Amino acid sequence: MAKELWKGNEAVAEAAIRAGCRFFFGYPITPQNEIPEYFSRHMPEHDGVFLQAESEVAAINMAYGAAGCGARVMTSSSSPGISLKQEGISYMAGAELPVVIVNMMRGGPGLGSIAPAQSDYFQATRGGGNGDYRTVVLAPATIQEMTDLTQEAFDIADIYRIPVLIVADGMIGQMMEAVEWKQPKPRKLPKKSWATDGTKGKREHNIISSLFIDPKDCTLHNHRLQQKHDLITQHEIRFEEYLTDDAEILFVAYGTTARICQAAVLRLREAGVKAGVFRPISLWPFPEKELYDCANRAGVKAVLCAEMSMGQMIDDVKIALGGSKSVHFFGTGGGTCPTPAELTKAAQDALEGV
Amino acid sequence: MTHEIILSGFGGQGIMAMGKMLAEAGMQEGLSVNWLPSYGPEVRGGTANCSVLLSSEPIISPLVLEPTEIIVMNKPSLLRFEPQLVSGGHAFVNSSIIEIQASRRDITAFYVPCLDIAQELGNPRIANMVMLGAYIEVTQCLHAKTVEQMLAHLFTGAKAGLVALNKEALRRGAASILKAAC
Repeated sequence: MAKELWKGNEAVAEAAIRAGCRFFFGYPITPQNEIPEYFSRHMPEHDGVFLQAESEVAAINMAYGAAGCGARVMTSSSSPGISLKQEGISYMAGAELPVVIVNMMRGGPGLGSIAPAQSDYFQATRGGGNGDYRTVVLAPATIQEMTDLTQEAFDIADIYRIPVLIVADGMIGQMMEAVEWKQPKPRKLPKKSWATDGTKGKREHNIISSLFIDPKDCTLHNHRLQQKHDLITQHEIRFEEYLTDDAEILFVAYGTTARICQAAVLRLREAGVKAGVFRPISLWPFPEKELYDCANRAGVKAVLCAEMSMGQMIDDVKIALGGSKSVHFFGTGGGTCPTPAELTKAAQDALEGV
Repeated sequence: MTHEIILSGFGGQGIMAMGKMLAEAGMQEGLSVNWLPSYGPEVRGGTANCSVLLSSEPIISPLVLEPTEIIVMNKPSLLRFEPQLVSGGHAFVNSSIIEIQASRRDITAFYVPCLDIAQELGNPRIANMVMLGAYIEVTQCLHAKTVEQMLAHLFTGAKAGLVALNKEALRRGAASILKAAC
């Protein structure tokens, strides 16, 4: 297939349509407005539904309804808007409804800034809603990867009946890169026998709810969810290593920051410092074992976690490494990108401290 | 080969479109490309800028912090981005409205009266294409033909008449460089 030039926000919307998503509910917020704009123009061409809801809360609950009917559904927003959706996400996790949610992260807290950030890592991986739940979190670094992961996100959501978050940042949303539309690897998807899509008088009606009045039932439900989470942790970990084989300094970074770390790695290698990048693609489930193995190879002297936040993923990095390595940190908060020069210096400082 | 380009000017001067043309043409020639707009709470007549990466290698970081070339369509853009140019870099200056010259001695500046040329062609909105023609002539980062062929896809239907005008603008921009070199 020929390569096409796509803007990130439009590409993720097109990828969703190609993945069979026919319902989108959203509410505008910078820097992801091209997502609803694209759906508004193109959903009707596919007999799909685009609806600009009256609020983010309404949008996520409309997604609950569409998912409950068995449809492939997406909603998107940027950081403050994703905060508003948290109740709905918790309810969908509780009711085991598949949905794909895109967060083009911007600076926070509160209204923050509209510039690219990664400060919603905690919210995405720990959950901003109540209860013992998990959402699968996928973090692409290029527009090509974002389109590939969008198809996977819908499949994962359907297979495990779980909300899947695609987290990128304003930069990935706004920029244009070449995209090659690939035929996705078909995965075996279960029938949605639980959906409330009409009994036609032939079966008992289905009930979709996250409410279990009897605590014994709720406990059982939680254990079942946990089994599902364990299964996802076994099967859905994704990561990438960049020049890690002989690395003495190992960056750990995701999304845009990982790309800037790669640029720093090339600078360091020119200066004779062997550097590499470990890039988690699934932020939950986090590639704990894979990172541990990578960071504990013979040559690695120091680990440097870099984020466009004041330090959130670093918690998972520390958990993964279990004290086997000291973890250094470089972060930029509020909507500023780190530069290759800053990351190069941080790496040199980390090595000096060894 | 890697070109790291910053394009900047007033909103409405066709800065984003110029950058997209470069990226699209680069992709068609098999280069790795990236186009990144500055986005913010912009106002009409305010500043607009974007960066473009064209490379024969895979593009790693999308950030352009030390451009190899800047295309500046108004004076604030020259003042802002000239200091960022790499040593030996190229500045393309819209000399129709920028009355000052680049101040650095370690760069090469090309003064293109692109608005004057556009007005000679009867459409001031085509100044960006004049500048693009000049840029391609100097850097040879792309074949002018690739951009010309793209125009036919870009302007169809009622706008098909714009193809010839845009082609002429590209050629006049290139010619302005050749003339200056004589």
